[in-house]
Amino acid sequence: MLAIAARRLVSMLLIMFVISVLLFLFFEGDKLNLAARVLGPYSPMTGRLAWLEHNGYNRPLMTRYLTWIYGFMRGDWNQSAQFDAPVFDFLLPRLKNTAILGACVFVLTVAISLVLGVFSGIAEASKRDRAITVISVLTTSVPEFASATFLVAIFVYWLDWLPGSSSFNNGFSWREMILPVATLVIYNFGYYTRMTRASMAEVMNSQYIRTAVLKGLPYRQVIIRHALRNALIAPFTVMILQLNYLLSGVVVTEVFFAYDGYGKALYDAAMFGDVYLILAGAMIAVVAAVVSQFISDVGYTQLNPRIRFS
Amino acid sequence: MTQPVLECKNVSISYYTRAGEVPAVYDFNLTVNAGEAVGIVGESGCGKSTVALAIMQYLGRNGAVTSGEIIFLGRDMRKMSEQELRKIRGSQIAMVYQEPMASLNPSMRIRDQLIEVPMVHEGLDAKAAELRAIELLDAVRLPDPQRILNSYPHQLSGGQQQRVVIAMALLSKPKLLLLDEPTTALDVTVEAGVVDLIRDLAKKTGTAMIYISHNLGLILETCDRICVMYSGQAVELGNIAQVFNHMRHPYTYGLLQTLPLPTADRFARPLVPIRGQLPLPRERPTGCTFGPRCDYFKAGVCDLPQVMQSVARESTHEVRCARASEIKWKVPDKLGSTQKSAKIGPVVLQVKNLRKYYALKSGWGKPARVVKANEKIDFEARESETLAIVGESGCGKSTVARVLMGLDTATSGEVFINGNEIGQLPVKKRPPGLISNLQLVFQNPFETLNPSHSVGSQIGRTLKKFGVAKTQAEIEKRTGELLDLVKLPRAFADRKPRQLSGGQKQRIGIARAFGGNAAVVVADEPVSALDVSVQAAITGLLTDIQREHKTTIVFISHDLSVVRYLADRIVVMYLGHVMEQGTAIQVFAPPYHPYTEALLSAVPIADTSIVKKRIVLQGELPSAITLPTGCPFQTRCPRKIGAICEQQLPPVKQLAKGHSIMCHLPDDELQAMEPVFALKSELKTKSKKRSQASS
Amino acid sequence: MARLKKFFAAVGLLRESPVGMIGVGLVLFWVVIALIVGFLPLRDPLAQSAGDLLKPALTLAKDGGHYWLGTDDRGRDILSRLFFGSRLVLFWSSLATIIAYSVGMLMGVTAGYRGGWWDEAISFIGNVFLAFPQMVLFIVILSQLGSDSPAGQWLARMGFSATWVKGTTIVLAVMFATAPQVARIVRGLVLDLKTRDYVAAAEVRGEGALYIMLVELLPNARGPLIVDACLRLGYVTIAIAALGFLGLGLPPPDPDWGKMIADVRGFGALAANAMIWPALAISSLVLGLNLMADGLREIALRD
Repeated sequence: MLAIAARRLVSMLLIMFVISVLLFLFFEGDKLNLAARVLGPYSPMTGRLAWLEHNGYNRPLMTRYLTWIYGFMRGDWNQSAQFDAPVFDFLLPRLKNTAILGACVFVLTVAISLVLGVFSGIAEASKRDRAITVISVLTTSVPEFASATFLVAIFVYWLDWLPGSSSFNNGFSWREMILPVATLVIYNFGYYTRMTRASMAEVMNSQYIRTAVLKGLPYRQVIIRHALRNALIAPFTVMILQLNYLLSGVVVTEVFFAYDGYGKALYDAAMFGDVYLILAGAMIAVVAAVVSQFISDVGYTQLNPRIRFS
Repeated sequence: MTQPVLECKNVSISYYTRAGEVPAVYDFNLTVNAGEAVGIVGESGCGKSTVALAIMQYLGRNGAVTSGEIIFLGRDMRKMSEQELRKIRGSQIAMVYQEPMASLNPSMRIRDQLIEVPMVHEGLDAKAAELRAIELLDAVRLPDPQRILNSYPHQLSGGQQQRVVIAMALLSKPKLLLLDEPTTALDVTVEAGVVDLIRDLAKKTGTAMIYISHNLGLILETCDRICVMYSGQAVELGNIAQVFNHMRHPYTYGLLQTLPLPTADRFARPLVPIRGQLPLPRERPTGCTFGPRCDYFKAGVCDLPQVMQSVARESTHEVRCARASEIKWKVPDKLGSTQKSAKIGPVVLQVKNLRKYYALKSGWGKPARVVKANEKIDFEARESETLAIVGESGCGKSTVARVLMGLDTATSGEVFINGNEIGQLPVKKRPPGLISNLQLVFQNPFETLNPSHSVGSQIGRTLKKFGVAKTQAEIEKRTGELLDLVKLPRAFADRKPRQLSGGQKQRIGIARAFGGNAAVVVADEPVSALDVSVQAAITGLLTDIQREHKTTIVFISHDLSVVRYLADRIVVMYLGHVMEQGTAIQVFAPPYHPYTEALLSAVPIADTSIVKKRIVLQGELPSAITLPTGCPFQTRCPRKIGAICEQQLPPVKQLAKGHSIMCHLPDDELQAMEPVFALKSELKTKSKKRSQASS
Repeated sequence: MARLKKFFAAVGLLRESPVGMIGVGLVLFWVVIALIVGFLPLRDPLAQSAGDLLKPALTLAKDGGHYWLGTDDRGRDILSRLFFGSRLVLFWSSLATIIAYSVGMLMGVTAGYRGGWWDEAISFIGNVFLAFPQMVLFIVILSQLGSDSPAGQWLARMGFSATWVKGTTIVLAVMFATAPQVARIVRGLVLDLKTRDYVAAAEVRGEGALYIMLVELLPNARGPLIVDACLRLGYVTIAIAALGFLGLGLPPPDPDWGKMIADVRGFGALAANAMIWPALAISSLVLGLNLMADGLREIALRD
């Protein structure tokens, strides 16, 4: 067991290392281009060369990489050209905001998908099942910016119940969280519901559930003690991977609602060409994604007795 | 007279599919009394499993009992509420299933799965329930109950899992036990142990039993009465002696003719397959369902719906055949000299000292583990000869096939085909002439053909690869010839595999193997996945082809009945070693290797005139990774003589020309062995002689 | 002729699933529109009309007809922009999906069948890209490969229009994000299929690895792969539209559906009409693809 976890850990670290090298080369490989982006398109060539010299860009590639990665791990993520402030100081509160948003979305999605998925999976091909499936398919067909559009059209323009943007101009407000959370949850829950449903339906059709029923066990006991613990393994591990998706999905939603989170920061940086911000932001995203994958893998081996005790 | 435990009266069961109602079982009647064991026998699609599930009232969303009554202890189960059914299931009627691994919850420990039953049905608390569970684990002969209770299902072997399922079924002392092919998924020697156990338990507890199987021999050995089913109906019903000795239905007779009993002989009295095919449920004839395939069909009588009638002078024996009283069985003519065995020619295949080890991927810090799949394998096969390799799972027979075919290379040792050494030649390095000369027929007919391409194109591709035919015209001609060879219509070349039945697919597999007129064909369990009546046709086909083309067949199987029927020479393997080899006659007669003896005893025989010695092996098949020290068989050998068996690998003894065994037993003990099979009539004369001698 | 018959048989099979039929209907609607849009009597999608800004649906137009769906923030006819935009959406999404799928299939079947070192290497490369959240990967790639980047300038010098430059980078970005996912699915299917006896039969008659991968294995994976392809086309369409919304997509003034929404966002309630129609268009196309995938899955299960 420990061996499996250790092997995954090594694999994870290796992947992060490779990614860091790739990202580094991608962004800082072309020195001149980098200088042009940081200093602006109208900066003179002499200025750029001087800047490169001053900031140590004429050292060998290897040294530059090591300095950068060391700095990254310490929290020194360079200066943001956009805001003329250290990237770290700028990104940290943004990450906090996105974390709040993400946590709300995660909790709601897990709750909704598990409940709907289990209920539809138990009663395969029933009206209940069909209704839930239809809703799931519908909602996963509507991308975030489209559902945001509809939500805003209804709740902001027509009913005027909720604010149209979520920039927290007056401090934190739950009202401003509703629409962004709703947008993400609507797009998200359908997929996990269908996954849970499929897993539940497969388990309910299995032979060991037949055994449990033919042993004369009460229906509730069959579902709760026999079915769920097998059916929920796969959905659970997949839901942890939501983190990877959330980091991607928040970009559009945060931009749409002007929510000052990580996604918007990354987007603004991309529009501006703020190289250091993008680089740092990408590294963070990858670290978070890989960690969640690791947790999901290890969680799966723990939950599945066939692997845990083999 | 006490009331019967179960009575099925005129039961009809249908499935409702998109295409409408499909009648699976109809007009089914059966009575089971306390303490009685009734066997339900039939081939796939006859409805026997459906009957079991119907008794439990568990037919799923699209099945239903459309008419009739199922009366359990006086009450009609069809009229019971879900609550009442729940109370009965698991406590009064219990079931044992075909695949034990799939029938146990993979995420629950055995303890939790066992103690649930008495806790729910009898209100015991956890401690008391666990004590009861331990009692039953002991009754099913599982040692070390605490370890079993703590385990998850996947940590137990197949035999152990099935014993757990049986224990679970018996926990609340049910009145009726349903067993649906309980041993089909198990190895032969393990099966024998479980069957033995079931028989004993039934006698001890007085539980009534319904035993469902496709294996007539098993039913003969375990049950008191038998019900033969065909295409949804019971066609013959009676006690064992009546049905096996005086069968009255042509299907029962036909079935017994397809079984490779010890009295069958490949050349003089070959197996007779039942012609035709099982009708689809919606295409059943209006008269007797077996009519189209029956040799005794008489127009005017047999094209009317048939009912069950009692046989004259045997009131408990019923048959669904209007002609039952007048049919005289046509014994197939002794085919005589025209079907003599082909002359066995020179040696074609030689395996010398073959060793094949597989290295397993090890974790860090752990030493590499080695699976010794084949150890010192020696044998020879000649032209026109059928050499059988027999053994259970893990014995290494499939590994031998893989090395022969070049899918793996030998770790050491040599393999010669017509003088060419091939043990180190993987398939990629073999010239087309060699490839086409040595081919393989696969086990699973349902996977042996690529479902995406037509049958003809697959044969054609094989021909091209063999270099046997190059132009399109040549390919088509040869494909036609091959289809003729396996007795399939030439039109099949355009069909896709899913339009063919299992037996037909296997014929294509054979055609493909013989595409290049192979000198040696390895057949890896070619009939195991087929119904019994189809098996006879396929084995007959192989024999015919062998006779015409003088092919050497290496026949790999775990089924000793088929092996005895087909083989000239036999090699018995266990955990990678050759335990015994010799001609078929030599191997099936004493002296035996103790493993061969147990294997022979384990095979169920559907012949009432044969008496079999009962030898049940203890323990489980050891895994191939951790081999026992000394003789690999010593952990289970009933004839173990002592420490020498545990310490030293036994020597290979030559008992007669061509007959060798690997055993420590002294010669006198070997010679004193008695045969495992004997005809009842012989035994009677023997005991008469003995009593005469002593008097 | 026989092939045509087979095609109709397949379509007929789809008739068994009403869900699938609705999906096909929706998809076909947009495909047909995209094909015939040039022949329809529509206004120029790029023509701006300063007096008719952000008009709601069914407004009368100066040229006598109606703005059936209203106008956007520059007075352009929304209906014609939607219809002309369908060409862009369908073309680029399909191209990106086909390329990603081809690369992914090759990767997956090699990793699955060859195993060993091939599998480790390919899976590792796949995992590297899968570690990126999709949008982050897009932003990383597109921010560096814009028109002002060396790659973009090289393409521009070769004579490609701005649209093609941007489009190519988008296709590349989609490929990096999607091919590893497809590879993983194909690898799983192949790992299962390669244990079948007919694969062993092919090996035993001396077939080479390439033949086995392409002729024996892949055709038998077509069921789940076709279903996945429909779904993936939907995901890619959403991704490309999202890029359009963010402004990272195809350059203006091409009528990109996502961009149409972004353009009018700042105009508050007035923009409601102009936002809703593109949102509906995208949703209907993706819904059609999802329903088609579901219908196909039902049929494949019944087979």
